[in-house]
Amino acid sequence: MTEILFFFEVVLAGMLAGTMYSLVALGFVLIYKASATFNFAQGAMVFFAVLSFVGFMELGLPFALAFVVTVFLMIAVGYATERLVLEPLMSQSEDTMLMATIGLAFVLQGLAQAVWGVEVRRLDLGIGDFPIPWVAENLGLFVSALDVAAGVVAAVLIVILALLFRFTKMGLGLRAVADDPGAAASIGIPLKTIMLMVWSAAGIVALVAGMLWGARAGVQFALVDLALKALPVLIIGGFSSIPGAIVGGLIIGVVEKTLEVYVGPFFGGGIEGWAPYVLAIFFLLWRPEGLFGEKIIRRV
Amino acid sequence: MSMRRTLRDMMAVSAIVCAAIVSAALPERAAAEETQYFPIASSRVGPYSAMGTGYYGAQIDYLNYVNMNGGVNGVMLTWQECETEYNAVKTVECYQRLFEYNGQKMVVFDTLGTPGAYAVINRMAEDEVVLAQYGYGRTDAADGSVWPWVFNAAGHYWDQIAVKMRFMAEQEGGVENMRGKKIVHMHIDSAFGREPLPAMRAIAEEWGVEIVEIAVPPPGLEQQSQWLQVRRERPDWVTFWGAGSGMNSTGMTNAARIGFPRERLIYVTFGAAEEDMYPAGDSATGTYAMANALPGKQFPLVQAIEEQVYGAGEGNLADESRIGSVYWNRGLGAAVMWIEALKNAQEMHDKVGQAVTGAEFRAGYEALNMTPERLEELGIGGMVAPFDLSCAKHNGARAFAMMQWDGEKFVQVTDWLPPLDPDAIRTLIEDSAAKFAAENGITPRDCS
Repeated sequence: MTEILFFFEVVLAGMLAGTMYSLVALGFVLIYKASATFNFAQGAMVFFAVLSFVGFMELGLPFALAFVVTVFLMIAVGYATERLVLEPLMSQSEDTMLMATIGLAFVLQGLAQAVWGVEVRRLDLGIGDFPIPWVAENLGLFVSALDVAAGVVAAVLIVILALLFRFTKMGLGLRAVADDPGAAASIGIPLKTIMLMVWSAAGIVALVAGMLWGARAGVQFALVDLALKALPVLIIGGFSSIPGAIVGGLIIGVVEKTLEVYVGPFFGGGIEGWAPYVLAIFFLLWRPEGLFGEKIIRRV
Repeated sequence: MSMRRTLRDMMAVSAIVCAAIVSAALPERAAAEETQYFPIASSRVGPYSAMGTGYYGAQIDYLNYVNMNGGVNGVMLTWQECETEYNAVKTVECYQRLFEYNGQKMVVFDTLGTPGAYAVINRMAEDEVVLAQYGYGRTDAADGSVWPWVFNAAGHYWDQIAVKMRFMAEQEGGVENMRGKKIVHMHIDSAFGREPLPAMRAIAEEWGVEIVEIAVPPPGLEQQSQWLQVRRERPDWVTFWGAGSGMNSTGMTNAARIGFPRERLIYVTFGAAEEDMYPAGDSATGTYAMANALPGKQFPLVQAIEEQVYGAGEGNLADESRIGSVYWNRGLGAAVMWIEALKNAQEMHDKVGQAVTGAEFRAGYEALNMTPERLEELGIGGMVAPFDLSCAKHNGARAFAMMQWDGEKFVQVTDWLPPLDPDAIRTLIEDSAAKFAAENGITPRDCS
């Protein structure tokens, strides 16, 4: 195996891992776009959604039906969140909302474990996490079919969400709410409906991300930590940009993998845990709004 | 008039209630004199929940079983649980919360994790509490002259890595064939992950083996770059020192991704449970894993607990199919040692039928002599390796069994194996403990 080929494989692995991070980051972006709130509970939503999905399958529901039931469950979670958490705090500061989402994260984590138990579950999506034989034999690259599937799913989700926000009334309403909730409400945009739809969409994205991560690493509590992986992605891509989540994910994936392989050994390894945050700090200094985020202009 | 009657009625009712409370409290108090309290610092939620529910579930099941059979010479066992989430800070919090219960001090503490053990280890002597590290924790605590209150009854990581390397050597046809071989030690980036390195490096140097250390940042769900390094290094063996089923199962799926044979991959005891294997599916098949307590329901004690405790609906596991699993049997082994230590302590201090103090319990634990015959009597013959402890020797069983995952269950592939050169490991332990004692102004006790 030549060194150049190996480097190419490292970069490719980083890009594919990055799309997995992007899937989680997308949920954050949706909610931030609507309410300028960093939803700390997104990782817990991933865990809650996929654990419920597997739980429904264990109860005997077939795959497709379990998926549909979980989608409705996530819509119910979105509704409950809107009614019990967001509505009472509607006029509160962003800090208050952040604290509320931290609380929500703990509630969802505890609820999921209380209802479905704490055992680690296996999730088989029918996509093997093995190297694609043709690619391995002809190109000498070990690329997992599951990673490629994740990339395709991420791309499809982005297209759907981008079209949704650009060409539908809901998207227009959401952009108006994000700009100025008071003005949006005064011209008749239903704030509650918009928030419900956004939280539901974030819940469905969390389910998809959880299914792909669960297929790779098992359905288990550690999935809540994915939120921490999404944070540098958001800082780099921009908290309010859907394409930014993807580009940020790709950058983080490639940077962390190449640094781990080529620089990590000089530091005792394991640097990919913190290297993305170092990169994120540089971005905060250089471009605080991220690559695709809206420039923040404040009057002083 | 009516007010006076009301007052009189109230006083009468109060007197009856007080009498009831006092009469209820009296037998409670009498019973309290014949109880022995055990703390359960469990980790039932969070990333290590599979481990905690099985291990601590078995401990509670065994305590229940002992009580159902009359206690320990009539002393009934009590316990209180505190959730640590496998977090060192919360472990300290639980240590303080569990320290005393119903006026009785705890005599033993079991963190089921190296980070938690390191967090409380320096309090043991002062608090007179035994730290029963059952196959985890600080390795040089096996030197009882420096660490009188800490034990490694189910072996420690230095012996474990030495047994792993012995197994590799046997697979390669002898130690002489190990020269020039390359072993990747892939580990979680923590004290636990690095714990075996001193012994591993020493053996590797002696055998002429190259060690490549690759760290995985927690929680370890993302290991692509680490396994790409494995692909480039082309090692002969990989020792995997992971924590949590997420990291452990991801290790096997990533090995499969790069085509690394699972028959060359050996997991540490804390990655050697069914819950670590299931999520990896077919990728897990062929993986080796070390055991300090073998799984299975063939052991009479396991069957008795299932019949008596679970039969009475008092079982602790939510999923009864986990009875006899790796973590459950390991927890059972740990709890059996507690009760054996309690029996020893009662007999050694003429306190049969009475509760013992921390110092007495420590002496009882140090007097453990788990011969094959005694293990058979207890109903766990073959489940754990026989061992005995002494003043200086706090490492119990210095042997581990190798298991292999066949896709559905673990299959035992070796008998209980000790390190090839146990004396060399013991020397490393004594050197490390002596260094710690010198640095901390500890005068080792005389064990001669």
